[in-house]
Amino acid sequence: MNEIIGYIFLGLGLLFDFFGCLGLLRFPDIYNRLHASIKCVTLGTSSILFGLFLFKGFIPGGIKALLCIGFLLLTAPVSAHVLSRGAHKSGVKLCKDSVCDKYADDNK
Amino acid sequence: MKRLRWFLGLAAILGALTLILFYPIPTLLGWQSVLLHKAFMIMLLSGSFCFLRLALGPTAADRVAALDIFGILILGFCAILGIPTGRDWYIDIGIAWALQSFISILALGKFMEGRGFNE
Repeated sequence: MNEIIGYIFLGLGLLFDFFGCLGLLRFPDIYNRLHASIKCVTLGTSSILFGLFLFKGFIPGGIKALLCIGFLLLTAPVSAHVLSRGAHKSGVKLCKDSVCDKYADDNK
Repeated sequence: MKRLRWFLGLAAILGALTLILFYPIPTLLGWQSVLLHKAFMIMLLSGSFCFLRLALGPTAADRVAALDIFGILILGFCAILGIPTGRDWYIDIGIAWALQSFISILALGKFMEGRGFNE
């Protein structure tokens, strides 16, 4: 029973990872790319790690997978925020279709 | 011309996905489970997307973003490798890689602001 639920979680994680990387490849702009990819890849990798925990059970490998989920949920948004802030401050332009730029308006 | 390039890229991605899902690719690693092998191939396809963005990103921030995403994908690689081989130390490699990737991405992001490291 545990293995069936583990396979379901692993498939969900693969779906999220694949579409996140597709967004990284095919969106027009650095901010759009980060917005599409970092959330999908974080949730997908967390789901794969939870599937690994369901396969292994309460042995040290499984507990390490659970710790890794917590570490990933803490660090991935921080790195994405630092990246987008650094890109905006170093002068990367928004794409042509974007409507407004609130961050530049606030920092005048 | 731009629309033609869009459709060519979409056709290439769909073709690669169909090839992985429905064509019996011989297992390179000698695993018994077919489902886990196909899962590993899909993760390899996602990693190749990251490498494409790393190669042809127009600005430096795109390349750093691709490195960030690839560092998180390594964790998924190690988690999938840990299931059929039955070894526990693959997840240790994943934890170490994610820590190093997080620190280096923070340093690169602060470096891109153009102010130096001591703010």
